[in-house]
Amino acid sequence: MSASLLAQVLANGLLLGGLYAAVAAGFSLVWGVLNVVNMLHGSAIVLGSYAAFFGWQKFGVNPFLSALVVGPAIGALGWAVQRYLVERVIAAPVLITLVLTFALDLILNNAMIAAFSADYRKIGSVSGLPPLTIGPVGVPVDRLLAALAGIAATLAIHLYLTRSRLGRAIVAVRMDRETAMLMGVKVEAIYAATFGIGLALAGIAGCLMAAVFPISPLNSPGYLGVAFVACVLGGLGSVVGAIVGGLVLGVVESFGAIFVGPEYSVTVASVLLIIMLLWRPQGLLGRAGYE
Amino acid sequence: MKSLTQSPWLLPVLVLAAGAAIAIGAPALLSQHTYVSRLATSLALLVTLSIAWNLVGGFTGYPSFATAAFFGLGAYATAVAQQAGWPVMAGFALAAICGALLAAPFGFAILRLRGHYFAIASLMLVTILKELTTGWASLTGGGMGINLPGAGGDPIAIARIALQTMVMLAAVALALSIVVAKGRLGFGLACIRMNETAALGAGIDAPRLKTIAFTLSAAICGLAGAAYARWIGYIDPSDVYDVMWSVRPIIATLIGGVGTIFGPVVGAIVYMVFEELMWRNLLTFGTGALGVLIALLVLVMPGGIIPTLLKRKAS
Repeated sequence: MSASLLAQVLANGLLLGGLYAAVAAGFSLVWGVLNVVNMLHGSAIVLGSYAAFFGWQKFGVNPFLSALVVGPAIGALGWAVQRYLVERVIAAPVLITLVLTFALDLILNNAMIAAFSADYRKIGSVSGLPPLTIGPVGVPVDRLLAALAGIAATLAIHLYLTRSRLGRAIVAVRMDRETAMLMGVKVEAIYAATFGIGLALAGIAGCLMAAVFPISPLNSPGYLGVAFVACVLGGLGSVVGAIVGGLVLGVVESFGAIFVGPEYSVTVASVLLIIMLLWRPQGLLGRAGYE
Repeated sequence: MKSLTQSPWLLPVLVLAAGAAIAIGAPALLSQHTYVSRLATSLALLVTLSIAWNLVGGFTGYPSFATAAFFGLGAYATAVAQQAGWPVMAGFALAAICGALLAAPFGFAILRLRGHYFAIASLMLVTILKELTTGWASLTGGGMGINLPGAGGDPIAIARIALQTMVMLAAVALALSIVVAKGRLGFGLACIRMNETAALGAGIDAPRLKTIAFTLSAAICGLAGAAYARWIGYIDPSDVYDVMWSVRPIIATLIGGVGTIFGPVVGAIVYMVFEELMWRNLLTFGTGALGVLIALLVLVMPGGIIPTLLKRKAS
């Protein structure tokens, strides 16, 4: 493999990885704080993609700009889902929360298929610029912008978690729920806010995905898979870990497509995940203790 | 006579006898009603898969999503064997063996994980097998799938054999589940479910018992996949490795009662009725309506029917 091809494959992987970071960050946050695996995450991303698509088709809004509106809107939906539905079973065994969010995913996904059909749609070139060439490597501008925006959104949430009052309360609940309660943190409100932030990130990720990839409700399981793998790779509940996990997954998929064949990309990612789970379940950056 | 009624073998033997009676009698009653016969076969299949899932998810408390993996593997093992000219029974045996041979080492490895981690690792097995099956086109026909030899025969005869096979399989699974639940294995599994650390401390070989339960469950799922492939006559990866094969048994068992012996049976019946009503009346939103039903179930009656009834009786 020549050096220039190697550089191109690496660049493709990193561009994909930036998007994967945004896909995984909200999922990882919800899992880490609430101990809920949110099966609804993939469909929430697709919902964000549709919002960006219709914003672009009907009003000519750039998907990067619509992310600023779509994110909070889907975040509000997430807040309500946690406040009124998931909260009721939050103390139940893992299986119950899994099944509930799976059921919510069935509802949202089926509603999108009924409303928009399962046909693939695509936003045309957003920036309209030709690819950048950096040395031997060609980089499509839209992809670069989407990857950077994905990482920026993830970092913004990280800053919010570490700097703001609500963010620090969320981190406190993640670390020790009981002690946080004793310190006067209202855990129910924190849970709802966290789920809201998680789905807001899903909505933003959906807008970024829409700028690059075709849109269909059939994408949800794939996005959920990406979120799983990137989240476990990076470390559960760690937002910065989602960036690391997303980039690693993007690069591994990119090289896997060259060496093993693109038709086995999910197998490569899955095998990587299972090895990771067995070897270091707390992830590259995470801490042990979450189950 | 008292010793006979207390024998641990009485109930499983009765279940097998009842299964045999239904398997012999049902086709005669249902041969004129192809729709009911089809529904009964689907029900027996769901009962079998639910009982198999309950061995791991219910008795042991590990939320497995691997049912679809062993189901699909069994279906393909039988289809490939029959294409190679093997007799049907040998194809079925191969399906059970393949399921068990994959489940034993894989289960031993991932049963070290708990909670969500185990659920995800088991789900990944479905994805991996689906892609490998699609990719290995020379053996499996890839995305084109496989037409099973003999699939073009008399549809009424095929429906009758399928119904009988599925009912017998469900009876065998139920009998096995009773033997496990009442025996030492079931006791060990119950200890693991309640507190695995304490069970280990008490000298229970948890890794071995968990792996045995997982392997038994996989063998049953493999057989169910084989029976399904023979019944439908055509399989492809997106059909037999569909995650819904993992999810429906879980939902059915949740409805009836997780970890109880008859919960999967009761739950499967209730689930089939709802699913059938929804598919018939709400075609475009059938899956969504199923989601609404599942969400309501989990929110209103998370314990399932049988435990809820038992609790009401006790209080």
